[in-house]
Amino acid sequence: MTALTGIRVLELAREPIAFAGKLLADMGADVILIEPPGGDPCRRYPPFLDDQPGDDRSLYWWHYHTSKRGIVLDLDSDTGQDAFRRLAASADVLLEAEPPGRLARLGLDYADLAALRPELIHVALTAFGRSDPKSALPYTDLTVLAGGGPVWSCGYDDHTLPPVRGLGNQGYNTGCHYAVLSVLTALLYRLQSGRGQFIDVSLHAAANVTTEAGSYMWLVKRDTVQRQTGRHAATRPTGETQVQCADGRYANTGVPPRTPKEFAAMLAWLRELGLEEEFPEAVFLQMGADWQGPFDLSLLGTDDTITAIFAAGRDALKLIATRIPAYDFFVGCQRAGLPAGIIYSPEEAFEDEHFQARGYQVAVEHDDIGRTIRYPGAPYRLPASPWRISRRAPKLGEHTEEVLGAL
Amino acid sequence: MQQGALSKYRICDFTGQLAGAGATKWVAAFGAEVIRIEDPVRQGRWDILRGVEPFVDERRGVDLGGGFNNHNTGKYGITLNLRTERAREILRELIAVSDAVTENFAAGVLASWGFDYEAMKSIKPDIVYVSNAGFGHTGPYARFKTWGPIVQAISGLTFTAALPGQPPAGWGYSYMDHTGAYYMAIAVLLALIHRERTGEGQWVDLACTEAALGLHGPAILDWTVNGRPMRRDEPLCSNRSEWPPMAPHGIYPCAGEDQWVAIACRDDADWQALGRVIDEPWCGESAWKTAAGRLADQDRLDACVGEWTAARDKFRIAEALQQAGVPAAPVQTPEERIEHDPSTAAFGLWPTVTHTQMGRVRVDGLPVHFSETDWRIERGAPCLGEHTDEVLGRVLGYDADEIAKLREEGVI
Repeated sequence: MTALTGIRVLELAREPIAFAGKLLADMGADVILIEPPGGDPCRRYPPFLDDQPGDDRSLYWWHYHTSKRGIVLDLDSDTGQDAFRRLAASADVLLEAEPPGRLARLGLDYADLAALRPELIHVALTAFGRSDPKSALPYTDLTVLAGGGPVWSCGYDDHTLPPVRGLGNQGYNTGCHYAVLSVLTALLYRLQSGRGQFIDVSLHAAANVTTEAGSYMWLVKRDTVQRQTGRHAATRPTGETQVQCADGRYANTGVPPRTPKEFAAMLAWLRELGLEEEFPEAVFLQMGADWQGPFDLSLLGTDDTITAIFAAGRDALKLIATRIPAYDFFVGCQRAGLPAGIIYSPEEAFEDEHFQARGYQVAVEHDDIGRTIRYPGAPYRLPASPWRISRRAPKLGEHTEEVLGAL
Repeated sequence: MQQGALSKYRICDFTGQLAGAGATKWVAAFGAEVIRIEDPVRQGRWDILRGVEPFVDERRGVDLGGGFNNHNTGKYGITLNLRTERAREILRELIAVSDAVTENFAAGVLASWGFDYEAMKSIKPDIVYVSNAGFGHTGPYARFKTWGPIVQAISGLTFTAALPGQPPAGWGYSYMDHTGAYYMAIAVLLALIHRERTGEGQWVDLACTEAALGLHGPAILDWTVNGRPMRRDEPLCSNRSEWPPMAPHGIYPCAGEDQWVAIACRDDADWQALGRVIDEPWCGESAWKTAAGRLADQDRLDACVGEWTAARDKFRIAEALQQAGVPAAPVQTPEERIEHDPSTAAFGLWPTVTHTQMGRVRVDGLPVHFSETDWRIERGAPCLGEHTDEVLGRVLGYDADEIAKLREEGVI
């Protein structure tokens, strides 16, 4: 038995809500994905198996719909609506990202369903909230992140370049994280009270409260952060933290040395690499290593010695980074106690020995093509309630008979 | 007071920064009693946000950090000097009456104080323990340290935010501190549901880097299935749409300094609608009638769109395109989305809390509304040790004399 065993979730297939269904399904919920006749358009998104488009070949689809069963219902027809009502009467959770008003027009909105099933938890994901007229307008992940704040903070020191939206549907992902938090919170309440409820999740609002200092610098003192290359947007320019290493890959230099132990480690590393000769500031590293008492960073910029020592640490990091491969820089820094990181591409991270050792790569059987495919694994490890991909994504209508037959 | 969805739960909370504190902010907003435990000797400085900007006025100090207030609303704060055996005894008493223990120290820190999972389990057999560390508690990098930007660097999030011919732009804030906190809160809730249904507690090992890697699913499958890496010879432009392909799809300059608008044409119908709004000769170019034609010529297409937008106001462009059925949005500044955006205002997204020292301050609300048990964010973050007496008295049954003695002995 896992945390969500026996919890039945109905998901009306739409791109923005798909990840929420996956997160619940991989934790053991019985997620039934409901598609219209002809299927959800995401079935036809690239990338494709062997780069060949075709039915059940979308890797996009594969990823977002693991562990779910799939059925086809035409909600615009009487028979489809009837079947949906009967399903809802057996369900614990409804996940949907329908255009506002659609379910009400079909007589399938929360009020209708709660009359059949008071325990139902209905989560509606919309662009701006269910009652906001702007939620009727079209949107994509790009427009969510641009209007909601994240994009303002991302990009380069050079502001003639446009600000940047990162890949991976992160606007939708954030909305889905909040949808899942909502489902679980409402389930805990229902365990005590027996009562379900309606939950309104806004993608725009979710992006707005996922911008860290972008929001609170304004909320607290009406100051505006400005984007910077490869580091936090800030109200005043800050030092660079991104370096191109000897192998062409980049690294994030993280937090420079701040303690005698860290200055000593830096100096030792510099010597080991034979770089001390060409780095006259090494003398300041020695001073940092020998420092007695607290190294007071609040005196940066006012105390010449502290400023010189701190700058030497930062510059030594940068010098080393340019002379060795990014991976060696990452591991070397971490061994010296400094939180630096290599800037991996997703597949490089996926193949890294740490994640392999932790069993992050999981094998999923694709019985239909006779292949076992490696997927990204558990985002958290609950030993008593294991995360697991229990099945590949469903083919169109693969479980219609099985699910409706059981009603 | 209205019963919160999570009012029956008490969390013994060691979290800090955003990656941890953000998680317990959610549960506190739904009524859980979250008790932050902080070190009186180092003045709670494990959480660096306690005393750093933004500040509401000229005052400075560990009770006045604006980010700390934002992430710790509605929590209680007590101080325990865990170097003393007496404080560790009090912690054991608190764990015995808590439902969950949460922390995001580097791996091994809590264990070094004598509070590993086995120890906590012997105090409270069904305790839920959720640890959140950058690389988790096992594996070759378990002892490595991270913060948001490092998690983003390691996991591919930094790499996949870039413009052609430029180094990675990355995320200009700790996206993975926010998101790590979401996964941590999800883990707490899942483990509580499991406990409610089975009576069993557990230790959840959350590695922020693994949560982050799962945010690139299709890209990773393109690698494991087709062998196609994201690190390619051709330059990456993350403002374009990868899956599904769309064109035009980008962020374009507008009138004014550093003003931009995002536009996404999902299909040929959107392209035609865009053409009716823009109404320039190039909108009718025959090679651009199909998505394939537009995708093959994105540089020139983007230049045309950008030339048209550059002379116009971002809000007007977005409104005209949206009315025509084309997804578009202005790149909003913090001021625009917080002060002038009717959608965030109508959602009640910026609640004002009362903080004992800072006074009334606006904070991030939650982007959800529950019909029965909605969140409440009313009280600011706790000052250092603000609730020590209250919690020791109300929760653990100490009287005023005992508390005074503990204070004298440097225990609290």
